[in-house]
This record gives sequence, structure tokens and C-alpha cells, in this order.
Amino acid sequence: MTCHPVARPQDEVPDTSYRTVAVVGPPNSGKTTLFNRLTGLRQKVGNFPGVTVEHHTGYIRDSEGEEVALIDLPGIYSLTAKSEDEKVAIDVLQGNMPGMSRPDAVIVVLNSTNLHSHLVLAGRVIALGLPTLVLLNMADELHKQDGGVDVLSLARQLGTPVALVSATTGAGLEAVTNFLSASSPLPEPMELPVVGSTRSVREWAVRVGENANYRRPATPIWTSRLDNVFLNRTWGPVIFAVVVIAVFQTIFAVGQPLSNLLQKFLDVTGARIGTVLPEGMFRSLLINGVWKGTGSVLVFLPQILLLFLVIGILEDSGYLARAAVIADRTMSRVGLNGKSFIPLLSAYACAVPAIMATRTIESKRDRIATILIAPFMTCSARLPVYTMVIAAFLPNRPLLGPFLGTRAVAMLSLYLLGFLMAVMTARLLKSTVLKSKDAPFILEMPPYRWPKFSALMLRLVDRGKAFLYRAGTVIMLVSLLLWAATNFPMHNGQPPAIQDSVVASLGHAIEPVIRPLGFDWKIGVGLVTSLAAREVIIATLGTLNGIDAESHSFDLQNALRHELTIPGAIALLVFFAFAMQCMSTIAVVRRETNGWKWPAIQFAYMTIVAYVSAFAAYNIAGHFIH
Amino acid sequence: MELKMIFNFIFGRKQPRNHHAGKLADLRVGERAILEEFELDHPIAEHLMNLGFVPGLEVTVERSGPGGDPRVYRVEGTEVAMRREVSRHIHVSLVGAPAFGD
Repeated sequence: MTCHPVARPQDEVPDTSYRTVAVVGPPNSGKTTLFNRLTGLRQKVGNFPGVTVEHHTGYIRDSEGEEVALIDLPGIYSLTAKSEDEKVAIDVLQGNMPGMSRPDAVIVVLNSTNLHSHLVLAGRVIALGLPTLVLLNMADELHKQDGGVDVLSLARQLGTPVALVSATTGAGLEAVTNFLSASSPLPEPMELPVVGSTRSVREWAVRVGENANYRRPATPIWTSRLDNVFLNRTWGPVIFAVVVIAVFQTIFAVGQPLSNLLQKFLDVTGARIGTVLPEGMFRSLLINGVWKGTGSVLVFLPQILLLFLVIGILEDSGYLARAAVIADRTMSRVGLNGKSFIPLLSAYACAVPAIMATRTIESKRDRIATILIAPFMTCSARLPVYTMVIAAFLPNRPLLGPFLGTRAVAMLSLYLLGFLMAVMTARLLKSTVLKSKDAPFILEMPPYRWPKFSALMLRLVDRGKAFLYRAGTVIMLVSLLLWAATNFPMHNGQPPAIQDSVVASLGHAIEPVIRPLGFDWKIGVGLVTSLAAREVIIATLGTLNGIDAESHSFDLQNALRHELTIPGAIALLVFFAFAMQCMSTIAVVRRETNGWKWPAIQFAYMTIVAYVSAFAAYNIAGHFIH
Repeated sequence: MELKMIFNFIFGRKQPRNHHAGKLADLRVGERAILEEFELDHPIAEHLMNLGFVPGLEVTVERSGPGGDPRVYRVEGTEVAMRREVSRHIHVSLVGAPAFGD
């Protein structure tokens, strides 16, 4: 490992060491890799108040063993307060962020292979007057591609310590611990662009770079070679399709069975624990409330982790940006950009990981739009409901030989229905509230790199934790409420039959509202309980009719035919296609948008769309079918 | 690179070749030019400059996406993909003869 020089411009005056240090850097500077390298798993996620911007705080010991909190600020190019991310960074660095004191110092992480562009940010940050350390990251790539820079000269010009480091190899990182323990004097730069246009700051940056003998590295040959294939007119789309199918298969064919297996395991262990405990309310609360609630949180983990593993590989390797370029033409027709494609595709398996995956979309408006339309995609939880209702009402007749029957066509129509509503909603959003003339598709193409295993794992742990703590609590709470609704009021310490429970009263209460859709109170109860997960309506209807839904699905289909008319069945399918009938999605939208505003709007919108469409379907179908 | 030239010949838009100023969107793949003025809303122009697309620097049309839009442009070490809706608002002045790739 080479020893990179750490240059200090002046004699340092030992002072008290720093307690909190902010880390800033442009996107693609390797800032997150560096942050993870420094803090490891000792980090926590938080949201800044009132904005969707997330930040990580990690802990590190300086060279004297003192603990220092590192705050990882969002990736930004400048400090012009144009975007939410930049506003947050400025507020934190100036000490204007509510609930957070001004950091004692700043570490600026720059990509040394792209110094002229990135020095612009360094200039702006140093001008804020906090003690600053400038890290020139990706030193290994710089040297490998024949680039170089005089660190001492740079330090002299900037008036701050400067070090060449590599976050991936860890080379040069002792500069950070040294910086943290010994306060350096306030920067006294030669000629810093305190104010000025981006163009003038950029000219300053080029001057500084040239004075420091900066040699830009050659463009990595492999990036250009790989792009010849990945962005090729013919092969580009083919490879894209293969990647997309692989992503989809991973969550659908691997994640889904894993989730089911986990569910089975939790059910079995729940039942086991149940036999040990004495019968009564406590057992019911523990097994049917707490344990079931925990289960409904945990079952999402395999899919979330798998999706983030796949997306992490795509993102870290650099392919995700190319995929966005390829998907962009199609997505632009809907008013979205290429980056929405993979999240929307994963929503066909489950909206929960899909919504978490939208964080790869930089534009806030596009991200919200993608979150809002993702639950319209036909997720796997809708399938059992569709299957049962279609099986109950539609005899299977071959349409196109043995491959395409009436039931398959009905199922495909429902997929199409969800997709069309998503497209319509996207168009509606992008032409009204989320109109984003200010954010057209401009995307930096990072060079291709091998994804690092440790970085991937850290992200999985991070996403898993974020989901469990922040969304899991809401899911748990709703599960407990649903348990209470089905187990109260008690008679002589015994839970009531479902017909006499609170949830049944709820079903009766909403009956007048859902009557115009052709639903009775039993379906109403199913609509309430299916908030836990869409397929729960099957078990609920089974219980209400005294049928075990799993072993006697044929009996349940019979019962359903008494419950619903054919127009009512069509209305039920349409309702399930459109309604946001899923507390986990609501919880995860709240978590990702940092507030109840968007999930509330989304729930209201989807419910209204579902209601109106189901009403229309019921009446139109009723007109033709008697 | 011959293939690229043939592609450009077949799919390239027909237009005068020896004009000395134009829009970034009108350049062909492999051509270079000097960035001039951005006829774009301030935040977009600002964002482009932050990415390294600063007036006065040389820009190369690196490659085109499969559908011809967006295309990938390079300034110094940075490659950026943008749609025609952006690149047709960027004025450039041509330098030298068109070079087809490197």
C-alpha cells in the first residue's frame, strides 16, 4: 500500500478535537463508500425534519481514541440551494438545521479523476469557514490511468489539509483520523471564490488544478468498450431485457418462495408456541396479534434484501445508468424518465421493495410520481384474490388452443388494467402537481467498476434496518389494531365469533357505502381485514362462511357465488386492481417520503379511483349480464 | 469504427456539414464542438455546469442510445446522457473536421 502524503499548509495549533464532522461530496465521488469504510456498521439513519432527505450518522474514533460523530450529507454538486439536497447541506453546514448543531468541521470528498468539476464544491464549502479536510478519492484509479496531482500545492492554494485517498482500498485514510484529533487553524485561502457564478468558480477550479499540475487520467478503456456493447443499437436492448427479466425473476421466483417459506416457518413456530401457552386472550394476543404482526413485517425482508442486492450490483457496477438511458425513450412517453423503470418493474412482485428502490431516482418529483403509481402494478398479493374470484365465476374455455383460456385472458386483462391506470396516473401527475420542467433527463454516466461485496452488504443491512424500524412499527401497529378488531368485544373472556366482532360491525357500517358496488357486509369485512395484506380477504371470507379457505377452496368458490353476482365479482376485481389495500405499502410510503402527506393523498386517490371504477364496472356489467 | 460511419451515413440526419455554429443536438456521433451558450432555465444550466459542462470547453458526442435519444456526451472526463429536449438548447461552435470516435 502506498503512503499518500498529507499536506498541511500551516503549523497546526492543537485545540480541542472535533465532536461532529459533516461529510459532503458530489454524487459519484465515492463519498458513501468512504463513509462506510470509516464508520462500518456503527451508523444510524435519520430524516431531516420536513424533507425527504435522509442522512446517516456514523461514529469513528480519532487518533486519540475520542469518539467523533460523522454526518453523511446528501451527494451534492454545489451549494446554490437549487435542490432540496443542497438546501439541507447548506442548512447543516451553516448551523440552521433545526435539532442539529453546526458541525465542528467538514470533510469534502472529491473524485480525483474528475478534479476540475469537483473542486467547485470544495471551493464553495471551504468558503463557509469551517475547518475543512479535502479528500481526493479514487487515488488508485487516478494513478492507474496515468493521472496525478501535487497535493502540497493544492493544500497551499486551498488553505486546507488535502489528502489523496482510496475508499475502496483504504489507502491514505489515516489522514481522516489525524484531521479529527488535531484541529487545524481556520482556512486562510489564497483566493477563494466566496461568491460568483458557477462558471467563474469553475474557472477558479481549473486554475487551482493547473497550478497543482493536475493531470487528468485517461478515460478507462473498459468503460468505452463495455458501452459499445451495452448501449449498442441491437445488443443494448437485448442485454437490457435479459437484465430486467433476471431482476424480475429474482424477486418473483426466488424472493417470493423465500417469503412463503418464512411465513410457513413463522406460522408453524407460532402454532408451536401456542400449544405451550394457556388458552385465553393472552395467547391470542401473542400468537394472532404480536406474532402474526411480526410475521407480516418479516415476510417482506427476503424480497427487499434480494431487490437491493440486485439493484446494488447494477448501481455500483455502473450499469443502472446505462439501463436508464435505454429505458428512457419508452418511459418519456409516460412523462417519467428511465430511472423509474426498474422500481416500477419490481412493483409487479411487491410494491414495498419497489417503493424503497425509488431512491435511485435523483429527481424528487419523478421519485414521488414513481412511488405514487407503483402500487397500481399487479403485485403478487393480488394474484390469490384474482385467481379465486375468476375461478369462481368464469368457466375456463380455451380461446387460442390449449395455451390461452378465458381465465388467463381475464387475468391478463387485470394486469393490463393496473398498468393502464398507472400510466394515466403518471400522465395526470406529471402534467399537474408534479410537473417538472426543471428536471429533464440529464444523467452522469459513471465508469464501470466491480461492485464491492462489503459495500453491497452494508447497504442491505441499512435498508433492512430502515424497513424494520421505520415501516415495521406501523405495520405492527395496524396488525395489532386488526387483531383487536377481530377479538373484541369479548364474551366471558372468550373472543367473539367473527360475525359479532368489531370488524364485523365495521363491515356492516361500510355496507351502505359498498352496496352500490354489489358488495355485502361480508365483503366489507374482507375489505377491512385485507388491509393487512390483500390475500387475507380469502381467509376472512372463509371464516365468515365457516369454510377453511386453504383446504376447501372449491367450497369457498361456491359460497362466493352466493355472496356476489357476476357484476359484483367484476366490481370486486376492479376494486382490488386499483385500491391501495395494503398497510405495508402505506407504511413504506410514509417512511420513504418522511411524512403522512403523500401516503394520505395516495390512499385517498387510489380508493376513490377504485370505488368509482368498481361502481362503473358493476353498473355497466349489470346492464349486459342479468 | 467503419460500422459507426455506415450507421451515421444511413441514419444520420441530412444537413449542411460545414457550418460553424449550431446546436449540440445537431452534431453527429463522434463530432466535437466547443460549448457556447445554454438556452436553458437557470437550474438546468447550473446542473450541467456542475457536471462539468461549462461554456468554453470541448464537448464530444460519445454515442447515441439505442433509439437515438438520449445521447451520451463527454466533456473532459465526464460523460453525461441527455435528451434531445436539452441538447437542442445548447449552442456550440464547431472545431475542425468531424472525427468519428477515437
